[in-house]
Amino acid sequence: MVDIPYQEVTGIPPAEVADVELYHPRSWWTRYVFSQDAKVIAVQYSITAMAIGMVALVLSWLMRLQLGFPGTFSFIDPSQYLQFITMHGMIMVIYLLTALFLGGFGNYLIPLMVGARDMVFPYVNMLSYWVYLLAVIVLAATFFVPGGPTGAGWTLYPPQAILSGTPGQDWGIVLMLASLILFIIGFTMGGLNYVVTVLQARTRGMTLMRLPLTVWGIFTATVMALLAFPALFVASVMLLLDRLLGTSFFMPTLVEMGQQLKYGGGSPILFQHLFWFFGHPEVYIVALPAFGIISDLISVHARKNIFGYRMMVWAIVAIGALSFVVWAHHMYVSGMHPYFGFFFATTTLIIAIPTAIKVYNWVLTLWRGDIHLTVPMLYALAFIITFVNGGLTGLFLGNVVVDVPLSDTMFVVAHFHMVMGIAPIMAVFGGIYHWYPKVTGRMLNEALGKFHFWVTFLGAYAIFFPMHYLGLLGVPRRYHDIGETAFIPASAHDLNAFMSVAALIVGFAQLVFVFNMIWSLMKGKEAGGNPWGATSLEWQTPETPPGHGNWGKELPVVYRWAYDYSVPGATRDFVPQNEPPAGLMAQGVHP
Amino acid sequence: MSAIILYMAGLAAIAGWWLSQQRLAAKPWLEEGVIADSRGEALPSAKVGLGVFLAVAGSLFALLISAYSMRINMADWRTLPVPRLLWFNTGVLVVSSVALQWAYMAARRNDLEDVIVGLLAGGASAVTFLIGQLLIWQQLNVTGYFLASNPANAFFYLITAAHGLHLIGGLVALGRTTAKVWRGVEMIRLRLSVELCAIYWHFLLLVWLVLLGLLTGWTDDFVDICRRLLT
Repeated sequence: MVDIPYQEVTGIPPAEVADVELYHPRSWWTRYVFSQDAKVIAVQYSITAMAIGMVALVLSWLMRLQLGFPGTFSFIDPSQYLQFITMHGMIMVIYLLTALFLGGFGNYLIPLMVGARDMVFPYVNMLSYWVYLLAVIVLAATFFVPGGPTGAGWTLYPPQAILSGTPGQDWGIVLMLASLILFIIGFTMGGLNYVVTVLQARTRGMTLMRLPLTVWGIFTATVMALLAFPALFVASVMLLLDRLLGTSFFMPTLVEMGQQLKYGGGSPILFQHLFWFFGHPEVYIVALPAFGIISDLISVHARKNIFGYRMMVWAIVAIGALSFVVWAHHMYVSGMHPYFGFFFATTTLIIAIPTAIKVYNWVLTLWRGDIHLTVPMLYALAFIITFVNGGLTGLFLGNVVVDVPLSDTMFVVAHFHMVMGIAPIMAVFGGIYHWYPKVTGRMLNEALGKFHFWVTFLGAYAIFFPMHYLGLLGVPRRYHDIGETAFIPASAHDLNAFMSVAALIVGFAQLVFVFNMIWSLMKGKEAGGNPWGATSLEWQTPETPPGHGNWGKELPVVYRWAYDYSVPGATRDFVPQNEPPAGLMAQGVHP
Repeated sequence: MSAIILYMAGLAAIAGWWLSQQRLAAKPWLEEGVIADSRGEALPSAKVGLGVFLAVAGSLFALLISAYSMRINMADWRTLPVPRLLWFNTGVLVVSSVALQWAYMAARRNDLEDVIVGLLAGGASAVTFLIGQLLIWQQLNVTGYFLASNPANAFFYLITAAHGLHLIGGLVALGRTTAKVWRGVEMIRLRLSVELCAIYWHFLLLVWLVLLGLLTGWTDDFVDICRRLLT
């Protein structure tokens, strides 16, 4: 590395931010349950998200059983199938991925990575989790109310979402909307914390351009979520009013079973605009934290500085901004003006540029790196492959002429599962295998981890790769039973059965992961403070797991960026961010 | 969706300006040592937090305005008569905002008595505003403008409710600030709390004026121009 000090280093400048007064818990309840410590809140968020995620996983099994072996499982009727689709989608996208990336990873990593003692508003942060938990409970309650959960599809399009033909019309849809409203309130409380902590609580020397990319990803995603979720909020409130009080924001004039309904004049398209104004940024709300995490995993486990750090930051910001002007590409089939479609196809394809920059930079970081095929690295590599795969089919679907015939087929299902299902989950797993030693002080079992990885990765491909082919054949999505159809060959049914078996196997492999997490908590190898030899601040805490207040008496001081790996001339193959330059070391300054 | 797009463009401009101050073109791999951060004058976290929250609340209202201006073009829209009380309420909200500004200025002068007067006057007029809004709802109900009978009514109730709920949230913060005066919190912290309340009140006043323009149809021409520009 060329050593060009940015500024004469003569001593340590005074803190730019005053050290905060920490809230100190006085009892077991305030320490572990109603805790205001971001690390505890992070674990609470993660466990809740994964628990409800397991429910969604079981729902996907049920759907796959029906699709793979139609007619065999008489307990799955068409209504239930729609309910499974809806709940699976909603849980996975919002209650699992959004909550886990921002509430879980965000809470744990932001304060540690920026060198803060905690989030800036710990009380609000605690409230955020409890409101989220309430939202999850309300959501889960829909399984037990009369009529069951809503079967409107995760997009909840009116008018069908609140009409009597749709399952869950009585209670399901009402509780679903209530749960979403709660989730958004809870998220806003947490999101304010994540943003203001990054803005305000960075330690000395931690400039924005020295932040690890994980923080950049989570920060930008949070800003986007704060601005995009209000659209879902408005849509949910208005739909709830249509359902409960008979307003006609979205509901057109309708005749149902020969009866003229009280609704009239509303615009279902208005709902679609509001929904997708949230819905498309949502894709990047789960993708950007994944991008950040993957950047860090690759750099650490290939022992190489991230290639093109500045470009990576700019790309994150550009993707965040662009994602707000592409929403209507989800509405090509809604009968919009062709020029409108042209505009949105163009913006959609432009997003491919910053995204491709990121992919190239990951590959170039790997290039001639000292690649350690640890479990986090395997997941990072799998992420890149899966994301490229899903991204390419996104280019297909971004074009109006290609999207129109494909939009109601399994091709779309395969596309979005690759790009915002499997890929972010790979980042989640990679992140958990990477940071688990910091959270618990113990390593996850590597053999079990590798088994979990290979089954999950290959299994996911076995499910979703053939699904593209089914889509191109014209196999429709959302159908309970395709039946005997001339254009669908028998081989498609065999393929469906194969995918279902793969889905069952992948699902069971997750139990290995859960077992590994519990078993390693007690029996795992002692990790030490920095098992991967990483540079970023969270690995430099005086205690592992980090204690209350994270940093002991003094906040760390940051002297370099987060990617000083394999620096020529250095004694170790990594230089922690808080290691002073040689000049200061000579004066007796130590990390 | 033009209102929300304009709003987002405004936010993007602010974010872009802020990012341009952050040395995003730096080459961190070449920079070793402590860098003085360009964080600007140190703003209190609570103020930054309020700023972020206002951006979120603003996007909520911009979205409501977007929905309103899309729905208004449908055939079944029957414009509401403008209740006279609306003008009175607007005046009261202006008074409320002025009172809090006055309280803030008093806090800067360390004049505790004026702070109390300003806070109480601000709170009382905000409560008056809310009562006035409820009276308008009641008047509309009595004269047959029910929530579900027309989308114009539904939007009127929805938008005034959203604004009112934000004001109620503000009243909670205002109550806590007033309690701080009673507890005798040191002036520096009190000044910040009063300032945050004042900022929030000004924001809600601004939002209200925009909403008022929308609900009374004053801004129809402006909305029309925006729509033609963007479509």
